[in-house]
Amino acid sequence: MYAQMVKTDGACVKSLEDMEPQERAFQERIDAGQKIEPKEWMPEGYRKTLVRQISQHAHSEIVGQLPEGNWITRAPTLERKAILLAKVQDEAGHGLYLYCAAETLGISRDEMYEQLHCGKAKYSSIFNYPTLSWADIGAIGWLVDGAAIMNQVPLQRCSYGPYARAMVRICKEESFHQRQGFDVLAKMVKGTPAQKAMVQDALDRWWWPSLMMFGPSDDASVHSAQSMAWKIKQNSNDELRQKFVDQTVPQADYLGLTVPDPELKWNEAKGGYDFGQPDWKEFFEVIAGNGPCNAERLGARRKAWDDGAWFREGLAAHATKAEQRRTAGQAAG
Amino acid sequence: MSSEWPLWEVFIRGQHGLNHRHVGSLHAPDAEMAIHNARDVYTRRNEGVSIWVVRSTDITASVPSEKGPLFDPSNSKVYRHPTFFDVPEEVGHM
Repeated sequence: MYAQMVKTDGACVKSLEDMEPQERAFQERIDAGQKIEPKEWMPEGYRKTLVRQISQHAHSEIVGQLPEGNWITRAPTLERKAILLAKVQDEAGHGLYLYCAAETLGISRDEMYEQLHCGKAKYSSIFNYPTLSWADIGAIGWLVDGAAIMNQVPLQRCSYGPYARAMVRICKEESFHQRQGFDVLAKMVKGTPAQKAMVQDALDRWWWPSLMMFGPSDDASVHSAQSMAWKIKQNSNDELRQKFVDQTVPQADYLGLTVPDPELKWNEAKGGYDFGQPDWKEFFEVIAGNGPCNAERLGARRKAWDDGAWFREGLAAHATKAEQRRTAGQAAG
Repeated sequence: MSSEWPLWEVFIRGQHGLNHRHVGSLHAPDAEMAIHNARDVYTRRNEGVSIWVVRSTDITASVPSEKGPLFDPSNSKVYRHPTFFDVPEEVGHM
């Protein structure tokens, strides 16, 4: 997902009986559905896992602006351009909500940027694929934001207050993103055969990377079990992937598109689709930094940070001077 | 790095004559920029008619672990709630 394969701190899930009183009281509050707030006591593992998960989520929102930003200057109409601008601006906003939530756990903004820029922190694998045609912008909204919604809706009930509240804001805005993407494609499939072919090509390229967003199967994972006990993860990766496929295939049918999976088949007994597995070798390659656009994306982020240094410093210097003038004025008066 | 812009807490008054309400925080070099940034980050969909920003370091908060003793005095005063008192049915609405 936007946070994939987040390592959990905690060797195994402890039972309530095995916990020290403080940790036990903490776990009982989580079990009772209470929210944990910034300055309250929490196990170090809970804090560290959340910092990793929220910052990775934030980085994904910020890096996620790049593939779409690629088409702002080439949008087919002024209206589409304005819509895409607003969508990309939302992604920046989502990144900022999440960075602030992570900061309440004691990590600074600059530390998080540093971790992203040096390659230590991850962001979602999906943003390391190129946007080759206008149909890709539609496919990203429809599939990528669609997959993100699947994951983010349950995160609104996450046990950590600031993260849950950020997710509420994000989910409110995310629906616009998915619909604008679907709208782009719905228009294109009614166009010329070449335009329709462009949409099919976009689906062919984005389908499997979208399924990879949920991460590999995690049913037997310790990380997953601990994160679920802490209520910072609510559903297994496979559960969410199934939900996404079940929701998306009928939409592809409506658009008259073919999902590029020969194994895709309705399974009446389970009331859902059977489908094939993404190429997990490709997924691990992309996560390891060897995807088609990893270098380009990180390069763009580093350049933006470095090129903006004079501006950040200039505004800080201006603020300091203005403050000095104010206090000097007060002393004199 | 010490050059990080300070953190500001953002409070927004919604459309309907409500109190300003905490919505989140952001970094900005000064108060004026904080208001501008808050407009872009927290009111992209007409969520507010007024914005307050306060430096996070200027906020004093109660200590979560002292929640018990801090709020204890009000626990025993159930008579502050109108439902504490029985009103005879014949009296009607009161």
